[in-house]
Amino acid sequence: MIEFHLDGRSGVPTYLQLVQQVRQAVRLGILHPGDQLPTVKDVVGSLTINANTVLKAYRELDRAGLVEARRGLGTFVASDARAQPADHLDELRSSLSGWIDRARAAGLDDEGLAALFADAIRPTAVARVA
Amino acid sequence: MSGLEVVQGGGSAPAVAADGLGKRYGAKWALRNCTLEIPVGAVTALVGPNGAGKTTLLQLAVGLTVPTAGEVRVLGLSPRHDAHALLPRVGFVAQEHPLYRGLSVAETLKVGKRINPGWDNDFALGRIEQLGLPLGLKVGKLSGGQQAQVALTLALAKRPELLLLDEPVASLDPLARREFLQTVLEATAETELTVILSSHIIADLERVCDHLIILSQAETQLVSPIDEVLASHRLLTGPRTDPATIARVNRVIRESHTERQTSLLVRADGHAYDSSWELHEVDLEEIVLAYLGHRRAGAATGATQRSSDRDVVRS
Repeated sequence: MIEFHLDGRSGVPTYLQLVQQVRQAVRLGILHPGDQLPTVKDVVGSLTINANTVLKAYRELDRAGLVEARRGLGTFVASDARAQPADHLDELRSSLSGWIDRARAAGLDDEGLAALFADAIRPTAVARVA
Repeated sequence: MSGLEVVQGGGSAPAVAADGLGKRYGAKWALRNCTLEIPVGAVTALVGPNGAGKTTLLQLAVGLTVPTAGEVRVLGLSPRHDAHALLPRVGFVAQEHPLYRGLSVAETLKVGKRINPGWDNDFALGRIEQLGLPLGLKVGKLSGGQQAQVALTLALAKRPELLLLDEPVASLDPLARREFLQTVLEATAETELTVILSSHIIADLERVCDHLIILSQAETQLVSPIDEVLASHRLLTGPRTDPATIARVNRVIRESHTERQTSLLVRADGHAYDSSWELHEVDLEEIVLAYLGHRRAGAATGATQRSSDRDVVRS
């Protein structure tokens, strides 16, 4: 089970924050196939948010094939939703931290790092939209 | 609620439908030309300054007052003519949540049980226990937040289809306010409860509600799902321009000008803009304030005058 949290200042719509947190938890292996997501009532009560917002997030995850709704039981992580292989993640993370060290040594601060990273991945995103 | 069904019943009759609804006290209209529909399962924020007509609209919906013009139908019924059929299906928590201060919590629940045919006693007792309120304590000894929770418990234990809350959180501290809203939202997650909540506090409503009614000077300014409100309103800033050029394709809600710059808050509905305009997203509070004719201090452009004031501000 995961616990959702909200960033009121991020400007990201609430339902999307929930979607991203489930995606992230699956990707990092915190949520496994078959795990149950918090019930709508639990999320509504703990975050003081509208029930339709939670339903919208869960429907979006359902449509993306990441979770499945089981009538009367709740919402569960889909059996074919897989985390990135852990060894792969470790390897990527360590090569990224090597890159971060080099960038810091070259005088970039955190903001500069983030901007450079965002800029480097942008062409892929643009190509996908076009 | 099971699975991922949509809370708002598509195609079913609206929970509340007003058509040309108006109420006049003497020469003064408290509410007029009010035409709106609220879908079943929606949580609607009814916002506006004090005296805008919020309480009048809620009172018309429960038949506490009689319309001067038009009509309102609630759960398909007329509050005036079908009161006996309607009232057991509607929960109403009035401003300042009036309770009998001399009764104990247990006695208050007993009264609720006696006067409400659909009373769910297990729910009522469960809520009181969850809140940690001693049953023997006099209601008058409870804190404001606890009294609000007792009033809400009474309204919810009727198992209503429609819950009307008139300024329920105005007098509560932030923690009590959150607990109150949590109780309301949990009830909406369990059943197809429709909620209308009037408030002059705008913060948090974006999270709690999915529909918005803005009332000002006795008239509705906007009735819309909140998603659409956020998607359709934009702040445009650009070189000083006559807003009439843009008003042809958009509704200008608020305009302000400095010597060189024009800022317009518009309802856009997906129109393309001239590239000389810079587009900004606006949050719900900013949009509501624009409709109410206020200007938040220190807003984007730094211009200080009200929308009606066309004088140039020299910095």
